[in-house]
Amino acid sequence: MKISPINEPHKILVNDISFDLYPGRTTCIVGESGSGKSLTALSIMKLLSAQLKQTGDISFEGQNISQLSNVEMRHYRGKSMAMIFQEPMTSLNPVISIGDQIKEALEVHLDLDKNSLNKKVASLLKEVGIPEDRVSSYPDELSGGQRQRIMIAMSIACEPSILIADEPTTALDVTVQAQILKLLRNLKEKRHMAMLFITHDFGVVEEIADDVIVMYQGQIVEKGSVKEVLKKPKHAYTKALLQCVPDAKGIKKLKPIQHHALI
Amino acid sequence: MAKKIDKNEMLLEAKGLYKTYTQTSGFFEKKQRIIKALNNVSLSIKKGQTLAVVGESGSGKSSLARCLLQLQAIDQGELFFKGQNMTSLNKLDSKSLKRDIQMVFQDPYASLNPRMKIEEILEEGLVIHELGNKKARQVKVRDMIKKVGLSVADLNKYPHQFSGGQRQRIGIARALIVEPQLVICDEPVSALDVSIQAQILLLLKDLQKEFNLSYLFISHDLRVVRHMADEIIVMHQGKIVEQGPTKGIYEKPKANYTRELLNAIPGKHFNFKVS
Repeated sequence: MKISPINEPHKILVNDISFDLYPGRTTCIVGESGSGKSLTALSIMKLLSAQLKQTGDISFEGQNISQLSNVEMRHYRGKSMAMIFQEPMTSLNPVISIGDQIKEALEVHLDLDKNSLNKKVASLLKEVGIPEDRVSSYPDELSGGQRQRIMIAMSIACEPSILIADEPTTALDVTVQAQILKLLRNLKEKRHMAMLFITHDFGVVEEIADDVIVMYQGQIVEKGSVKEVLKKPKHAYTKALLQCVPDAKGIKKLKPIQHHALI
Repeated sequence: MAKKIDKNEMLLEAKGLYKTYTQTSGFFEKKQRIIKALNNVSLSIKKGQTLAVVGESGSGKSSLARCLLQLQAIDQGELFFKGQNMTSLNKLDSKSLKRDIQMVFQDPYASLNPRMKIEEILEEGLVIHELGNKKARQVKVRDMIKKVGLSVADLNKYPHQFSGGQRQRIGIARALIVEPQLVICDEPVSALDVSIQAQILLLLKDLQKEFNLSYLFISHDLRVVRHMADEIIVMHQGKIVEQGPTKGIYEKPKANYTRELLNAIPGKHFNFKVS
C-alpha cells in the first residue's frame, strides 16, 4: 500500500507497506509523529482526505475492499470495522445523551425494535464499565476515561471484526490509561476481534501488543512479535527508539537518536 | 545524591500553602462548588537539585507552579526564597524575584509569540530586567542560543519555522537567559515525541550542571520523573500524599495512591535495554 498527495504524486507519505491482522490478536503500529501510522489506520477505513491517493490492495475477510465506493464502504464502517480516536470529546456529540448516541450506532446497521435497542445499550454500557443509570448523561458530564469508554461501547456495538484504535489512551491520566488498556484487552479476547492499535509509547506496546510494526518516515522498518521486537530489535531505528524510552527502574542512560546515522 | 544539605543551600521553602477555587455552574440555578487545589502543601527545594511534583489531572500540581511563581495569590501559608518571605516583598524585590524564578511551559507552540523573532524573544527578558546594554545583550543572546543546541542563524527566524523540540529549546533559552536560580518546568516534554523527549531531558540535565540550577519538575509521567528527580512529591486532590527521595518512592512506596500510580506505568516490568 502507498499513500501520496494527489497534486504531488512523487511525495510518498506511506511507502509500500504490507501487513496482516488476525482475529484475537492485537497489532501495534508504533512510530513518531509523521511516520505515517495514523494515515495507515485511516486508509483501512477508507477515511483518508480527498487530497490523498492510496494505491495497493486492502482485503477484508478475503474480499478486496480497496476499490469500493464511499457508499459501499458504509456497509463495512462501524459494522465490520470500527475506530476509536485519541480525543473522545471531539468524536462525541455534546447535545445528544450518550444512550442515544450508542443507539444511533446500532440503528445504522441493525434493525432492532425499541425494546431490544434499550436492552442492547444497557448491556453495552455494562460491558465497558459505565453504570446503567448514566444512560441519559451528556458527554460533558463524564470524565475523559468515561468518554473513552462510551466511544468503545459505540465502536463495538455492531460486533466488528476489526477495531482500530488511534492513540486511544494518550490524552488520559496514567491510572485511567491502565484501566482502558485492560478493558480493550478483555474485549478483544472475549469478542475475538482483530485490533490495530496505534501508539507512540513503547510502554503501551508492551502492555497490549501481540505483534508490532515499527514505522519510520512512511515505511515499515521492522515487524514481528512483541517479544522479538522489544527484546531483540533488528533495525537501527528500533534500537535507537528503544534507547530513548525512559524506564521505570531508572537504570538506563537515555540516548537521543542520531537521525543522520540511520539513513 | 545522599550528600548532606546544609540550611544555606535551601532555595525555596513553602509552608502550609492553601489555595481554593470556587466554581459556579448552572444557568438558572447557580450552584457553587469549592475546589481545594492546594490543601496544606509544604515543600522545600534545594540548590542544584530537582524536585518533581507528580500527580494526575486535578491534583493541584499546576496550581502549585502558579502560586510559586506568584502568578496567583495563595489563600494561606508562607513562601520563602533564600530565607526571604516572598509574600511581603516591595515592588523592586519582587521584580528581582521574578528574575530568579523562571518557567518552561508544556506547549512550546502556545508559549512563544508568533510575531516576534527568536532574537527579540530571547532579548525581551534581558530588557525587562535591565541587564546590560544592547551590545552585551546581543552577545548573551548568541551565547544562549548555542547553549541550547541551535545556531546563531536561527535568531532571525520566527517560532513557526521550528519543530516542537526546537521550540522547546527556545523556551528553555528564554527561561535561562536571565540567569534564574529556580526553573519551574511544567510538563516540559509531554507534547514531544519520545526521541525528542530524550534530547530535551538530557539538555535540561546538562544545563542544570552548568549553571547549578534547581528545577521544580512537574510531570504526570513517572518514567520521565525517575530519570530527572532527586526528590519527589506525589500529589492527589490538592494534598501531598507522599514525599521523599526518588529511589525510596519507586522502590518502597508508602502511600496506597503512590503504589496505584506506579502500578499503572505502562510496560513497568520491561526495561527496554538494548544490547
